[in-house]
Amino acid sequence: MEAAMDLMRRMPPRSAETALNALLSLLPDHSLDLLSQVDLPLQVCMDKESLKEYILCEYNRDADSYRSPWSNKYDPPLEDGTVPSQEMRNLEVEANEVFSVYRDQYYEGGISSVYIWEDEDNGFIACFLIKKDGQGKRGYMQIGSWDAIHVIQVGTEEEGAAHYCLNSTVMLSLTTDNKQSGTFNLSGSIRRQMSMTLAVADGHLVNMGKMIEEMEGKLRNSLDQVYFGKTREMVCTLRPPPEVLNMRLPDS
Amino acid sequence: MSDEGGAGEPLNVRALLGDDAVYEAAAAEAFPEYNKARLVSLELPDRSGDIIISTYGEIDKNNYLDPRTAQVATIDHMKQTCTKLRPAEDEELPSAYIEEFRCALDVELSKYVVEAYPKGACAVYCTSGKDIEGPGADFSFTAVISAAKRSPQNFCNGSWRSIWTMDFNYELQFVDIKGKIQVDAHYFEEGNVQLDTNIDRKDSTMMQSPDDCAVSITNIIRHHESEYLSSLEESYLNLSDATFKDLRRKLPVTRTLFPWHNTLAFSLTRDLAKELALGK
Repeated sequence: MEAAMDLMRRMPPRSAETALNALLSLLPDHSLDLLSQVDLPLQVCMDKESLKEYILCEYNRDADSYRSPWSNKYDPPLEDGTVPSQEMRNLEVEANEVFSVYRDQYYEGGISSVYIWEDEDNGFIACFLIKKDGQGKRGYMQIGSWDAIHVIQVGTEEEGAAHYCLNSTVMLSLTTDNKQSGTFNLSGSIRRQMSMTLAVADGHLVNMGKMIEEMEGKLRNSLDQVYFGKTREMVCTLRPPPEVLNMRLPDS
Repeated sequence: MSDEGGAGEPLNVRALLGDDAVYEAAAAEAFPEYNKARLVSLELPDRSGDIIISTYGEIDKNNYLDPRTAQVATIDHMKQTCTKLRPAEDEELPSAYIEEFRCALDVELSKYVVEAYPKGACAVYCTSGKDIEGPGADFSFTAVISAAKRSPQNFCNGSWRSIWTMDFNYELQFVDIKGKIQVDAHYFEEGNVQLDTNIDRKDSTMMQSPDDCAVSITNIIRHHESEYLSSLEESYLNLSDATFKDLRRKLPVTRTLFPWHNTLAFSLTRDLAKELALGK
């Protein structure tokens, strides 16, 4: 598994799916670990009842069916599909509504889904997902996609506070493709963790929401400055721009 | 295959396959293809320079021609080293007439590459018409430029590869030039981000003496490659400004963080949504 994860880490993001399939066929016993640790772009399905889209992931999957957070039903239908308890479902419904508004405020579009279920030992786990595809507004063709997965483990409430452990992954892909400047693709994914113990006075949703908002901000900045900055720096290292070349000493 | 040629890769794959024989067989196929595609350049054992591993200089899977020093190197693809070196046979080399053109271009191109790329290598191959004895027939060259930087300790790798083909047309006294430039960079500290770019370019020039052709062609290459670098810079700026914003804003239109506190009750959520929509 260690060899597999190390290999995946060095894989160009766009070949991730092919590489993952290859690894799954080599290590079928580790499929669960592989699938949960490797970043693949999110897929979406349409809830035919409510005519709203929802995001597919391991957390709303049972066999080959996926549960819609809007209707709480599986597609294709499953007789005994796992569903959250009533208490969890209530929280899930509210979370989806609120997160939808949050998504609209930051993403001005896109699709979001939240899945909540009880954790075996204590507390519960919530998974917040966002998928946004963008088409550039400028003249030339640009395609972009942002996929975010936030998984929060919430511990049982003790003395009015709970422990929240957030694991976030953001996958970003930006492409321009035209005759003038050729094909330019910048893709990547980053993962971060954040843990906090917070008072539950205002409810779990407020706490989880704030953590996610803070995390997304940090990830967005990180991707913009560090990651894209680093690849741009590499290009300038390979072939310095003219201004840099002119500064070189004659015998260097 | 992942873009790094680092030592870690083969060990990982070997561990995954768990069967050395299978690994050896797969590696024998994969490594040469990888090295050719990446235009890997290796130092020649006699320190006479670098040799680029490419299809244009391929004699057979493990033997490659270095046109500049007229030698053939035997390559261990997995270790990326040169194990043997021998002078090239006459049949493997172009005629004196062709070599005049090839050598002149190689000299000019090398000057350019040293100037523009801190760690670049280049080679010029005759890909058609190498036995032409004098003027009167068409011939073709391919020039490759390869610059790579590997910094695994900084979790960063990158490469610039250009492949320029030149078709010398005797009748029209014309040289048809086509280029493909590929630049990629990979940063993988606590994550995995890759830049992947390529562009096709076309140009042409008059057929002249070998020296004049060399200068003219090199100027064309220099011009297109500098232009491409500028275009890459611009793409980065545009992405930062425009496309990123189209995906996720830094803050909502309200310029404040999202008011999670106001969403305690279900009904309040719907009112809030309406309120925020009005505020836009």
